[in-house]
Amino acid sequence: MSRISRLPSSLLRAAACTGAAALALTACGSGSGSGSTSTGSGEVKVGLITKTDTNPFFVKMKEGAEKTAKAEGVKLMTAAGKFDGDNAGQVTAIENMVASGVKGILITPSDSKAIVPALEKARAKGVLVIALDTPTEPQSAVDALFATDNVKAGELIGEYAKAAMKGKAAKIAALDLAPGVSVGVQRHSGFLKGFGATDKDVACAQDTGGDQSKGQTAMENCLQKEPGINVVYTINEPAALGAYTALKAKGREKDVLIVSVDGGCTGTQAVKDGKIAATSQQYPLKMAAEGVKAVVTYAKDGKKASGYTDTGVTLITDKAQDGVTSKDTAYGLENCWG
Amino acid sequence: MTATSTPPSTSTPYSELKAPTPVRRLLTQPTTGPLVALLLACAFFSFSSDQFLTGGNFSLIVQQVMVVGTLAIGQTLIILTAGIDLSCGAVMAFGSIMIAKMAAEGSLPPLAAIALGLVVCGGFGMLNGALVQKIPLPPFIVTLGMLNVAFALTHIYSEEQTVTNLPGPLTALGQTFPLGKTDITYGSLVTIALFLLLAYALSSTGWGRHVYALGNSPEAARLNGIRTSRLTIGVYTVAGILYGIAALLLISRTGVGDPQAGQTDNLDSITAVVLGGTSLFGGRGSVLGTFIGVLIVGVFRNGLQLMGVASIYQTLITGVLVILAVTVDQISRKKAR
Repeated sequence: MSRISRLPSSLLRAAACTGAAALALTACGSGSGSGSTSTGSGEVKVGLITKTDTNPFFVKMKEGAEKTAKAEGVKLMTAAGKFDGDNAGQVTAIENMVASGVKGILITPSDSKAIVPALEKARAKGVLVIALDTPTEPQSAVDALFATDNVKAGELIGEYAKAAMKGKAAKIAALDLAPGVSVGVQRHSGFLKGFGATDKDVACAQDTGGDQSKGQTAMENCLQKEPGINVVYTINEPAALGAYTALKAKGREKDVLIVSVDGGCTGTQAVKDGKIAATSQQYPLKMAAEGVKAVVTYAKDGKKASGYTDTGVTLITDKAQDGVTSKDTAYGLENCWG
Repeated sequence: MTATSTPPSTSTPYSELKAPTPVRRLLTQPTTGPLVALLLACAFFSFSSDQFLTGGNFSLIVQQVMVVGTLAIGQTLIILTAGIDLSCGAVMAFGSIMIAKMAAEGSLPPLAAIALGLVVCGGFGMLNGALVQKIPLPPFIVTLGMLNVAFALTHIYSEEQTVTNLPGPLTALGQTFPLGKTDITYGSLVTIALFLLLAYALSSTGWGRHVYALGNSPEAARLNGIRTSRLTIGVYTVAGILYGIAALLLISRTGVGDPQAGQTDNLDSITAVVLGGTSLFGGRGSVLGTFIGVLIVGVFRNGLQLMGVASIYQTLITGVLVILAVTVDQISRKKAR
């Protein structure tokens, strides 16, 4: 019995896997619209590697890159890590892109240090490497960096919060990202600098991973620890919305000032709705567009982009404060991402 | 069917009853299906991308799968005993950060740091095996707990910092040597050697036969005089040592000690085992099948990337492949009864 059934079983397995291979065909056919096979060496290829596929920030970044690639007549290849921090996944993506003959790679490093050896290998093969959004350590590991000044983003909301408090004593909660991640550290210290405070003045600091539900839990715990909190710094808007939910449950949403960073469309709408007082908006679409253009320039006349390009940050609020430059949510919603 | 006409005899080996022809033997190998799938995938990608069918690209694929491949050897051993190991990626991450930190920042010579890493990873495996066997607890729960323990220890020990400036011996396996026009890494050779070694041990030694027997029926194995307790702990320990080797391969590949490493490698290794035709219910499958399973994943990821397909489709396809492979396993099991 077993002998007879095992023969078709292994064939069945092969057939099943073939089916999946066929699915691969359909998948790329209906995929990002760039599924056509490569033809010869005349075509310029640009690689974009983000931290994940799912974060709306990177989705917008990809969109900006695709749009520019189409306009410039170059082919865009995309890849991403499986989770935030997936260095090995990004290394594999770099290798595969170099193997496929890309002219330049745009990358948002999951780990600023760990990615460096892989980038050096790619650069040694003449590939232009540009970091988007997140710098590498050292920054010289890439040819150029196109990113938001995260310290400045923090400073803007710090200055805003200081002005909005109008001299009232502040009890600060900081809903941070995760230990050791440069973006979070820079925004946090920028906020304190703008507010004119130090870490000693922070009544409660918690990590949220930039996640809404963890932001809510963190805020609940902070209120438990220190009920008098009246200023909340958040790493991004999902964390801010989590904090808002926790405050609302306690009936405190009106008398606590929440400030944030990112400028996603959901977040900017929350500013308009009065849930978040102000946010620092950044521009992932611009980072990607500039990146693709830089690779095109390199392909045309061999000129490599270099140094740091600030892609800008704008304070968005509907309750402007004297002495703090800001734009309203109408502008914010027009320029938001996600 | 022919077997039913012969009176069952305890002294006649099963293989003699079947008397298979070489062709039939080939077709009934559990690795045949995965191998055909791998070849079909390769053929498909050769047509769709100019860069796919080159020695350099195949060398690259092997490099890319060597870490998960080595983890998957350990995973295969454990799954053959009807167990499962969710902690392999986390144990590897701890091993890698330990080796990197001891050698780069501690005072240990590199080779001593590597040896210590292997011992510690083996210790994690032994502890898993002991908890599974002695208390006893389900492997799923034990290794789920150990996943969290190893993950936390990695982050505590590393202080969330990536370790850079590694001494030469730690990255030696990531170096290449030319073979014709192709550059091969030493680590790829280590991985292939490990696959061959464990395949031999499973198919041609008493230990290997005992592993299969244990997976088929622990009670029958015990009644047949197999020391199942010692065997189980041994299998988990060997797996742990393999995770230690994977840790070294990982360091040599990326050139750094990375506390974030390995977070999905437990599932990736199980994927490879399943795609390679090993049954999740134990007792059936092979290490060579797992090697083919690992290559299937690597070929798909590389081939789709060369075609310019976004990575989320790679995840989609891998998921479909796994479900198909398990379905086939289930159907063939039912028929076998």
